Amino acid sequence: MGAGILIELRGIVKTYGQAGLAVPALRGVDLRVAEGELLSLMGPSGSGKSTLLNIVGCLDRPSQGVYLFEGRDVSSLSSNELAETRNRKMGFVFQNFNLLPRSTALANVELPLIYRGLGPARRQKMAREALAVVGMSHRLHHRPSQLSGGEQQRVAIARALAGNPKLILADEPTGNLDTRTGEEIMSIFQRINAELGVTVLQVTHDPQRSRQTRRIVQLRDGQIVGDAPVPDELFVRAGGALPAAAGGSTR
Amino acid sequence: MNLLESLLLALDALRANKMRSFLTMLGVIIGVGAVIGLVSVGTGATHKVTAQVESLGSNVIMVTPSGGRGRDLRAEDAAMLADRVPGVAEAVPVTNQSALVVWMGHSTQTRVTGTNEALPAVDRSTVAAGRFLSSQDVSYRRQVAVLGSTTKEDLFGLRDAVGETVRINGYPFTVIGVLAKQGEGGLFSSNSDDRVIIPFSTAERVFGSTRIGNIYVLTAPGTSVDLTVNHIKRIFELRFNSDQAVTVYSQQQILATVSSITGTLTALLGAIAGVSLLVGGIGIMNIMLVSVTERTREIGVRKAVGAKNRQILAQFLVESTLTSVIGGLIGIALGEVGSQVMSRVGGIPSIVTWQWVLLAFGFAAAVGLFFGIYPAMRAARLDPIEALRHD
Repeated sequence: MGAGILIELRGIVKTYGQAGLAVPALRGVDLRVAEGELLSLMGPSGSGKSTLLNIVGCLDRPSQGVYLFEGRDVSSLSSNELAETRNRKMGFVFQNFNLLPRSTALANVELPLIYRGLGPARRQKMAREALAVVGMSHRLHHRPSQLSGGEQQRVAIARALAGNPKLILADEPTGNLDTRTGEEIMSIFQRINAELGVTVLQVTHDPQRSRQTRRIVQLRDGQIVGDAPVPDELFVRAGGALPAAAGGSTR
Repeated sequence: MNLLESLLLALDALRANKMRSFLTMLGVIIGVGAVIGLVSVGTGATHKVTAQVESLGSNVIMVTPSGGRGRDLRAEDAAMLADRVPGVAEAVPVTNQSALVVWMGHSTQTRVTGTNEALPAVDRSTVAAGRFLSSQDVSYRRQVAVLGSTTKEDLFGLRDAVGETVRINGYPFTVIGVLAKQGEGGLFSSNSDDRVIIPFSTAERVFGSTRIGNIYVLTAPGTSVDLTVNHIKRIFELRFNSDQAVTVYSQQQILATVSSITGTLTALLGAIAGVSLLVGGIGIMNIMLVSVTERTREIGVRKAVGAKNRQILAQFLVESTLTSVIGGLIGIALGEVGSQVMSRVGGIPSIVTWQWVLLAFGFAAAVGLFFGIYPAMRAARLDPIEALRHD
């Protein structure tokens, strides 16, 4: 493979609140993720999944420990540098899609490129390409309210993908979707991971969804309690081939 | 994101809540409109009064009784000033009464001015037909009249008036002359063309009063106007035993007084309007704070995809400034229209000066920027994780 290490967490501790009343969310997490991996982060609620995702996604800084992203220490970057890193290297996919309601699909996908300082022509081209990857070329000028849940999530994936990121972080990406639409979304993740080599990390509590990735990391009480690859015989290739022009189903 | 894109984004946000945006702007619209409207009317009024006073000529001194028992001015006072005060070239008594003027079944209610032959030197009126009053007309109390151009038209139409006999309060007067049209801006009233001029000596008889309204003094070339003013003041001080009995002003003093009064008035109007602009700014801040709260999730999304704090700050600052700038533009239009309406309806001339337009507009923009700072900082400082969780 020859792929380098994309994420390296060493002794990550995150506590909330002031000293004395501090509530630990993560108590010493070590994790290495190679470039091109497709993995799931599992664990019951309160296990620290979201906190870990926020730190990996440069939305938050660890209280202690070192976080190397592409070999560069990002645990002490300024908020501007973190924003820059998110903008150029990462894409986020949320459970509730989080599209801007007044903007079209195309404008939503352009958003990260705007903050990268790209000109309109360049942005549109990249956004159209990303929307083509998720099969949404036929809905460029629709607003989120005119799209089904599955379609909205595909636009959100296009937004995460538009800036050619190294890493896509997905927080329960199928949590608000019905099973069939969830399958479609998972198949998109599998495809962009396999074809574009983008590292994908999803948080889920659904064992079925976690077996659609290649590695499962288990978190409990702020610590990693399990970390294993999914054997080929258990790996589930997501069904739901992309409906090229038909809209995805809603719940 | 360049400025044009920021503006389009802000415009989009304003359009999303049209009614609210308009109500927010309303404070600024009213503020700027009030500044421009009021100041324009103030400036117009100042110009009108100043022009009237300036039309007097710089060598004119006005003597006016302050009112009060036994402190009337009489025509003899004018003669006395001409005799006793060195440097006085002419002293012109003026008394005004309203009277019915009749000719052959045509009649008009107009102002009858009793004066002497030197009035044209003061108010710059000229004769279009016939002649003006002579000193003989005054000393012999002749029943002769000079008509203003409007009065002549009212009574005679296109016919020749000179030589005809009109009746003023029943007394017959021979028309000896007609004045040339002076138009607006005469000193004695808004229309110096609608009047009849007769000798003051005759007026005393017709109206049964020897009291006169005021005296205009014309100084001789080369005399100090201020010295003459002081001299006249002293004479009346001795005569009435009070320095309050009459007011004596030179044209320069009237100008200075007028411009200081109107200047203060204009500044006051501007300040009151400015306060309403400030209130408009607070309205903008209020709504921007609401908007930031409502759009917390949007801010979270923008930050997650890589917006820096200053980019969020700029977005909301542009929005608040755009609100006040649009409000300012509408306010300017409204102020212009309003001042036009006021000048048409109220008869006050209005002058819109670009300095005040720029000042009001600049102040409005500054208000939007200033009151946008706090909400924009709130937005910029939001924690992206908290913001994304907000609903």
